Amino acid sequence: MNEEIIIAGFGGQGVLSMGKILAYSGVMQDMEVSWMPSYGPEMRGGTANVTVILSDSRISSPILKMYDTAIILNQQSMDKFEKFVKPGGLLLYDGNGITRHPQRKDINVFRVDAAEEASKMQSSKTFNMIVLGGYLKIRPIVSMENVMNGLKKSLPDRHHHMLPLNKAAIERGLEIVQEVQTV
Amino acid sequence: MSIDIKDIIKPENLVYQKSRLLTDRVMHYCPGCTHGVVNRLIAEVIEELGIQQDTIGVAPVGCSVLMYNYIEVDWHEAAHGRAPAVGTGIKRLLPNKYVFTYQGDGDLAAIGTAETIHACNRGENMVMIFINNGIYGMTGGQMAPTTLQGMKASTCPFGRDVERDGNPLRMTEIVATLPGTCYVTRHAAHTAAAVRKLKKALFKAFDNQKNNKGTSFVEVVSTCNSGWKMTPVQSNKWMEDNMFPFYPLGDIKDV
Amino acid sequence: MREIRLMKGNEAIAEAAIRCGVDGYFGYPITPQSEIMETLMLEKPWEKTGMVVLQAESEIASINMVYGGAGCGKKVMTTSSSPGVSLMQEGITYLAGAELPCVVVNVVRGGPGLGTIQPAQSDYFQAVKGGGHGDYKLIVLAPSSVQEMADFVELAFDLAFKYRNPAMILSDGMIGQMMEKVEMKPFTPRWTDEEIVQMHPWATTGKPSSRERNIITSVELDANAFERFNHKLQAKYKQIEENEVRSEMFECEDADYLLVAYGSSARICQKAVQLLRAKGIKAGLLRPITLFPFPTKEIQALLGHVKGILSVELSAGQMVEDVRLAVEGKVKVEHFGRLGGVVHSPEEVVEALQSKIIGG
Repeated sequence: MNEEIIIAGFGGQGVLSMGKILAYSGVMQDMEVSWMPSYGPEMRGGTANVTVILSDSRISSPILKMYDTAIILNQQSMDKFEKFVKPGGLLLYDGNGITRHPQRKDINVFRVDAAEEASKMQSSKTFNMIVLGGYLKIRPIVSMENVMNGLKKSLPDRHHHMLPLNKAAIERGLEIVQEVQTV
Repeated sequence: MSIDIKDIIKPENLVYQKSRLLTDRVMHYCPGCTHGVVNRLIAEVIEELGIQQDTIGVAPVGCSVLMYNYIEVDWHEAAHGRAPAVGTGIKRLLPNKYVFTYQGDGDLAAIGTAETIHACNRGENMVMIFINNGIYGMTGGQMAPTTLQGMKASTCPFGRDVERDGNPLRMTEIVATLPGTCYVTRHAAHTAAAVRKLKKALFKAFDNQKNNKGTSFVEVVSTCNSGWKMTPVQSNKWMEDNMFPFYPLGDIKDV
Repeated sequence: MREIRLMKGNEAIAEAAIRCGVDGYFGYPITPQSEIMETLMLEKPWEKTGMVVLQAESEIASINMVYGGAGCGKKVMTTSSSPGVSLMQEGITYLAGAELPCVVVNVVRGGPGLGTIQPAQSDYFQAVKGGGHGDYKLIVLAPSSVQEMADFVELAFDLAFKYRNPAMILSDGMIGQMMEKVEMKPFTPRWTDEEIVQMHPWATTGKPSSRERNIITSVELDANAFERFNHKLQAKYKQIEENEVRSEMFECEDADYLLVAYGSSARICQKAVQLLRAKGIKAGLLRPITLFPFPTKEIQALLGHVKGILSVELSAGQMVEDVRLAVEGKVKVEHFGRLGGVVHSPEEVVEALQSKIIGG
């Protein structure tokens, strides 16, 4: 198993922390992982992205040109990363604010309207966990138990009271993700 | 009746003895320079406090670059201006040792201004000794940050022009404003009385370290008869007439 | 039980420093390595091991604080990124000249000048050829994973004390910022003052009557004496070259074509080797782990079957000079690398090997 993922959106959407939780879940499942963020001033409110790799064997390059999966959370990221999904790969996106939807016909496209769902759950902080839930429905590469363990490791102790809410958000994501096209 | 010299050299007639912490190396300082006097006073103070085994000195770049040849303690020779940072490293890792830095005006008040101010501002618990003779001695008499207005140096051969060169810097007054300093004082070493006062000040400065009081800063207004192109006697007079009015002697801060 | 954590390269350096008994850290913030001091300040090692952590007023002050601490026989270190390491060069040559052990970490970013905060490998010359004045060398280690960021702290101190010489960990923004799994080593206690007196008789620990004064200095005004000292330094560097070369080979046994890359580029090249092998091209990767001493003999040993070499760095071509010196013109050696903070992709490396070496 080797899954190469890019998660891209606005700074503040929880892009980096979602990547970290996914990576930590991989650690809990005894996989090799890497997490490589974009960094610098662009993170302060601009676009943010992170490359996460989970693998059964030693990971070579943590920076990639093509990805098995792109998780896309704003229009700029759609414009930038749609073309870098490997043929037959997965593009998962949140429709909120998207005016130009995915065009490619050679990739699998799924949609998770996490922003809308997070506002229904009355917690914007659950947004990235709903997206993560959607991803795990399509690519169940880590078990829910390991995701929860990874989440626990990623969150500082003072935020551990948020674990049940995060779990509920991931479960909500599992339910609401919808297929747009499969190849 | 003739007097035999052997009848005079007896312990009961001893009025002065070189500190046992001064080495037998012949000092390289110019005749008339007071670096040697200040070096000796430091050796005496360390000896009298009984802290030889616990003292580490930091020598500068400048005329006193080889000062570590003269006093029997462990030493670091620092890069130009960096003695306060080197002293900080030593003191932070060996907080029970006595640390002192010894720097000239170019070292402490020009190239090392940032290190000086920040060590004093952190209140590094060490002694900083500042020899101010208004000129770069070792490199051959160039203008220093403390060169007085109108005073000649090889890089201001017609006298310091404050319009062009800026004003002479009173670093001691500056560090006295910083909360990290506990004792800031200015002295000279050109008369027996001045030497006695300076020694008292050095004693106090070293002793302050015992009580973790902060930075003790001792300026010694000095001459450079080679660089000033005067005899030692003329230099002392010139210092009294010109340096002391701008760099007045006495305690500036003692808390 | 193994202690596995997911951490950034920068965080791994901080944690490893605490665990391997470092006495003091002095630093100044600069992207992309500020997490090192931030992690140290959060971890409060002064409460755990007695380690001192101090934010200095500049990189110049940091390296001179290191000079002070190192002269006392303590394990001291600083970290910075390219512009800050340029400021430290004065202090580094004094440390080399006074033969003091210490560790300096450079999490390299693109230059020249203020440059960019993105990763680069353009400080190779500065690190390996001596960035300050005078004939001196640093021992230079190039980690290519977060695990190595952690492991090389202790290794760098071991080598620094073994040879009484500053050691540098030459990393970059990519390895510093990325997170990977790290197996943390257990805590080793800091040396006691008595141990330091025993182990490092040169250190300024305060002069007892039983020994002569210890003087940490790099000044010697007698030219003949200073020439003798310089010869002694050169003999030491020779010894380091003989004993301390470290490198890693990946698919080199039967390789027709060789990539030579260190640090982050080596990671990218490992993927490039996989892509090339998938295309039926027998490529291999030699990864220098020590940049000084450079794995010259290791490269030479592959020249029996290797037909061409591509040196891949995030620079305009610095390490390639050492590769060419090793190869002595026996096979073609070319350079490939992106500049200014752009990181090459494995696909670009594949293309470069094909156009510059195989087709060229």
